[in-house]
This record gives sequence, structure tokens and C-alpha cells, in this order.
Amino acid sequence: MTERHVVPTDRPPSEPARLVRDFTPQLIDVGTHHLCPGCGEPVAMRAAVEAITELGVTQRTIGVFGIGCYTAFSNNLDVEVLQALHGRAPSLATGVKRAKPDAFVFTVQGDGDMVNEGLQEVIHAAARGENVTCLMLNNGVFGETGGHMTATTVIGQRTKNSLDGRNAEDHGHPILLANLIAQLDGAAYVARCAVNTAHNVALTKQMVKAAFEAQLAGRGFSFVEILTMCPTGWFVETAEAPEYLGDNLAAVHKAGVLKDVTRSV
Amino acid sequence: MSGTVKTLGTVVIDVDACKGCDLCIDACPPGVLEMTTHEVNARGYRFPVLLAGCTGCQICAQVCPDFCFQVYKFDEPVELAP
Amino acid sequence: MSTRLLEGSEAIAEAMIAAGCRFFAGYPMTPFTEVLEHMARRLPEVGGVCMNAESELEAVGMAWGAAATGTPAATGSTGQGLSLMQESLAEITLARVPLVVFNMARAQGDYFQATRGGGHGDYRHIVLAPMDVPEAVELTQLAFHLAATWRNPVLVFGDYYLAHTTGSVDVARVEYGPVPLTDWALDGSTGGSGAAKIVSPLGTHKRSDGQGYNLADHYRHCAQETARMAAEVEPLIEIADTDDAEVVAIAFGTAGKYVRAAVRAMRADGLKVGYVRPITLWPFPTEALARACHGAKAVAVYENNQGQMVEDVRLSVLGRAPVRFIGGLSLDSAGFGIAPDLDVGVLRSRLEAVLESVR
Repeated sequence: MTERHVVPTDRPPSEPARLVRDFTPQLIDVGTHHLCPGCGEPVAMRAAVEAITELGVTQRTIGVFGIGCYTAFSNNLDVEVLQALHGRAPSLATGVKRAKPDAFVFTVQGDGDMVNEGLQEVIHAAARGENVTCLMLNNGVFGETGGHMTATTVIGQRTKNSLDGRNAEDHGHPILLANLIAQLDGAAYVARCAVNTAHNVALTKQMVKAAFEAQLAGRGFSFVEILTMCPTGWFVETAEAPEYLGDNLAAVHKAGVLKDVTRSV
Repeated sequence: MSGTVKTLGTVVIDVDACKGCDLCIDACPPGVLEMTTHEVNARGYRFPVLLAGCTGCQICAQVCPDFCFQVYKFDEPVELAP
Repeated sequence: MSTRLLEGSEAIAEAMIAAGCRFFAGYPMTPFTEVLEHMARRLPEVGGVCMNAESELEAVGMAWGAAATGTPAATGSTGQGLSLMQESLAEITLARVPLVVFNMARAQGDYFQATRGGGHGDYRHIVLAPMDVPEAVELTQLAFHLAATWRNPVLVFGDYYLAHTTGSVDVARVEYGPVPLTDWALDGSTGGSGAAKIVSPLGTHKRSDGQGYNLADHYRHCAQETARMAAEVEPLIEIADTDDAEVVAIAFGTAGKYVRAAVRAMRADGLKVGYVRPITLWPFPTEALARACHGAKAVAVYENNQGQMVEDVRLSVLGRAPVRFIGGLSLDSAGFGIAPDLDVGVLRSRLEAVLESVR
């Protein structure tokens, strides 16, 4: 411990000050998620619920959850939730939105869920121009089973069932899903971002909000792929995970807005 | 005034929500967050403490996966002991 | 009176609409395809939605989503397509979502799939097996009522004959009485209230105590509801001429019509045969069947498969009389279930052989 003087942080300051941001998301119970230390998924979830609150759609929202570590949020998120099976959220979301067109419908799925088990579901929903928003939390592994290779795992990435690193000859190449989806005519807004730095977190929030706005404007299918840290699945220290994400995942799954029909008027 | 650090903001930290991931430490631009070494919270994790010099930039709160931070900006900069 | 001459597929579609179904999703497969065609045409006319799903798996997913909003919903296929849906059907049951599912089956080999459930885990679906088009119109409407009452999937077990036989039917709505409120259903409105709803196979409410889902509790709760359903759903059965029957013939679905005709012909010739047709395959009408077979010297089960319902018959009869299997695979070259054996003469000769054997 240094000799430096510690500033009290257990109560608001006594000096005149304003609260800049209370980052406790309104719609998430604080301290009740048991995801690993350093996991990026809660940061992505915060962006989503902040956008829901800011857009004023809390009482119209139905979140359709896939199966993965993030499924824990189906429990402590204060919006209505429909729990789907692994990979199946897009078809359930389709049924919800077609039956209740005024509902605001989004899915939360991991890369294993969406790109492995459920690849046809998300592609079909996008092609149909289904007026829902699909969010993919991409950490390049099946986190919940302990860190196994998915269809988005990058070449060289070590996982529990590719211990020597993914190689193209045995395992083939990763699927860059946002790029695939952007090619479909039914897709209105397609973007990819990450939560490994504060700057990227702010961009993630912008993209998620823009995707939600595309749904609210009835423009078609919207999709945001959010790269998240998984130090457990990557065999790295929590503090190293943001850099690992940048060096490995983000180098292949490149960030940016890949399609945005709302801009062409 | 010599020997003090001009401080623009401060944070309130929900220590018991912290899971000791260290992300805020590296993310803080003025480097004013430090993890405890021996002290742990109710869940058994080390947690960050704040030193003088916070700018109220919100970056710690942006990156924290456990939503531990509330960020304040002082109406007037405050001089704190280093 | 709204009697119309309708092909079975169309009659079933009209019955669904009369029952209040406003969401349907399906994938073409013989002999289910025409049900989808009719729903695609008719549902938009009544303000409903019919989705041409890209796969059976997506069809059941879409129906699940719609049903979770409280919209009366259905899907279906033939046996192979239902195989694809099994994980979802098992989990929809755990999520306690009402859904009507049609198996327009090829022959009768899907009896186990329907009654035992082809999915994982321990769950039960109510199964209704209509014999002809008028009964299909009735049972389709009953299916929606039971699904809503029990918040459980209900399977309607049809076949190629049902789909493609034209019959004279009245497709007016049948009133079965009130169903429970859909206060569990989702529409977004409880968001932000601190008690936002959830529809999930993992639990019926959110845990804000940080403990997460408790599947042991939830599965036990589902099992209790299933036991209640098993006890309270009225098993349906058709019984004729069993009081003095020496041999009782048993069949389900379309085959029942032929077996009944054979039994009537034999009775007309003074032979003491009776006829029993389970209509709810689950809950199986065990007690009524046992009573009907009480005095028989033998029970003869006909079904177009290698012997499936015969096991439930054996369990019902419990050794009081020998149970003979007089069925077997009888198919057309396309495997659609058009059975050469479904012939009154063929069935009669098999029943006469059983009668001979007990003399």
C-alpha cells in the first residue's frame, strides 16, 4: 500500500458537487449477477437497458434470451423476458413481434448460441426483415460450459477443446456474422463494437441505441454484435482481457457500422 | 498551494458489489484508483480505493462490469492532500 | 347452420379459426402441407398471422413466441417434422405455454412419439386422435380449450386420410366454457415495475434474491400441474357392443372407422364382438377400456405400426384377458400411410381368427 492519502468513497462528497452519472442501470439489480470478474457481458447489458430507458420503451419491451452466461440477466432484468432455447431466440422474437407488433422486442444471445446452434434462425429473421433487434455478445467462446470453441473463435485462439489454438485445417475459419447479416436486404442496421475500453463502451451504447431506433422506426431487422471480454474462457488475467480482445478478436471481427438504411433518405 | 493535488471530481464506490477485476485501475487516465492489497469486501474480493486527482471523467464507471461507481464533478476544483 | 363440404385440412383450419387461433406457423410436408396452405389464406382474413417458417424448428419457435403473448397459437407437421420440434415441445411444456400442435401423421407409428413425448425430460401432452373430419373439427376446438385451461401443449393426432377426405362439417364455434386468465402472458407492460414477468422453462418468476433459478422447485411444480391434469382431464373413448362381447377390437384414429365397420358387419352376422376406440391417447382411457373388456375372452388391437398402443391396452387390461396384436405396417410405396389393410374384409378375417382361437 502506498503512502498516498485515500479519498473517502463510501458517501457522496461534502464539497458542492453534481452527480455526473449514476451508472447503476435502472433496470438491473446491482450486485446480483454472478458472472466472472472482468466479464464484458454486464457492460453490454448496461448499454442495452440504458438505451431502453432513454427511448422510453420500458413498458413495451420483451427481451428474448438465449442460453449462455448472460441468461443470468433474464432473472435480474426488470423488463419482461421470454426465455428461449440455445440458438432459438430469433424465431421466438419473430412470434412475439408478429403477434404483438407494438412490443419492442430484442434478443440477447452469445456467439455460441447465435452463430453455432442458431445460425439459420438469425439469418432467416434478418432476411425476412423481421422488425426486431438481435444483440450478439461475442466473446469467441462458449463461456457457460467453461470456454469452448465456437464458430467465431479466431485462428490461434486457445480454448478447452482447441488447446493448441484454432487452426484452419482442422477447425476451419471463423464466421464474421455481422458482415454476413449486412448483405441481407431485410437488414436495416448492422453494426459491430466492443466493450474493452471506455471509448468503445460509449460507441457500443450509440450503436445499440441506433439499432433500437431502427426497430422503433419500423425499418426492418437490426443487429449489433458486441465483442465482450471473457478472461475465464481466454485463460488470461482479468486486467489483460481488454488488450487480448483488441489484439485477437477485434482484429478479425472488425468494429464499425456495416449497414444503416436509416441514413439514406 | 504546494503539496496538494487539484481534484475535479470524485466517485462513490459500492465496495460490496466489486468483484476485484482490476479493469478500472488500468482504465483510469489520471491513475488515481488503486486496488487494496490486504483488505477485502464482504464477498472476499479486493476493491479499488481513490487517491487525490480524480477528474470526474466517468471512465471507471463506463468499464466497470459490476456497476460500482457513481461519478461526481465538483462545482469548483478542490485541492486534496496527495 | 353452417354445414359445408370441406376437405379435412380445410375443415381443421376453419376449426382452428373458430376456436380463436390467431397465429400459425408451419413448414410444408406431406400430409400436413394443406393445413398450412389454408391457414396462410384464412388467418390474414381474420386479422391473424400465418408464418411460412423456414424450418419446422423455427415454426415451433415462432408459435412459442406468439403463444407467450397470450395469443392462441398452433403449429404442426407430420411425424418427421415433429421429430425436429421435440426439444422445443419439451421446453414449451416446462415454460407452461399453451400451444396446439398437429401431427398429420403418416400411418400410426408416431403413437409413442405423441404419447410418451419424443423430447427429453418428464412431461406429458394431452393427445386427441380424431377418427374422421367431423370429429377433427370438434377435437381441434377442444384442443385449444384444453391448452388454455392447462397451460400445456395439446397434440391433435391426424393422418393422411383426415387431411384428404372430404366431409360434411359444421365449423361453427363450440363453447367449452371459460378458460383461465392469461395474466401470465407477456406484452411488455410490467417492465420497470420491480416485478416484470417472465415466461421461461427455467422458472415462473424472477429471483431477485441473487439465488438464480431453482430447477428442482420448478420441475416439481410442473410435475404437480401435470398430475392434476392427468387426474382432471376427462379421458374420451368410444365404446360399442362390448357388454356380451367375446372379443373386443380396439383401434384409434382413422383405423377405428374401419375396425368399427368390421365389428358391425360381424355383429350383423350374430358374432359376439365389441369395439373400443380411445379418443384421448393421453390421458389414456384406462378405466373405461378395462371395464369394456371386462368379460371378453380376448382383446384384439389393430394399429398401423409394429405395436405401440397395444402396450397401453395391455397395461389397462392387466392380464384379465389375452391381448392379441392384429395390426402391422401397412403402407403405400410413398410411405404416406395409405394402408391396404384398412379394408373391412381384411380386418374382419383377422378378428374372426381371434374369435376362433378363443372358442
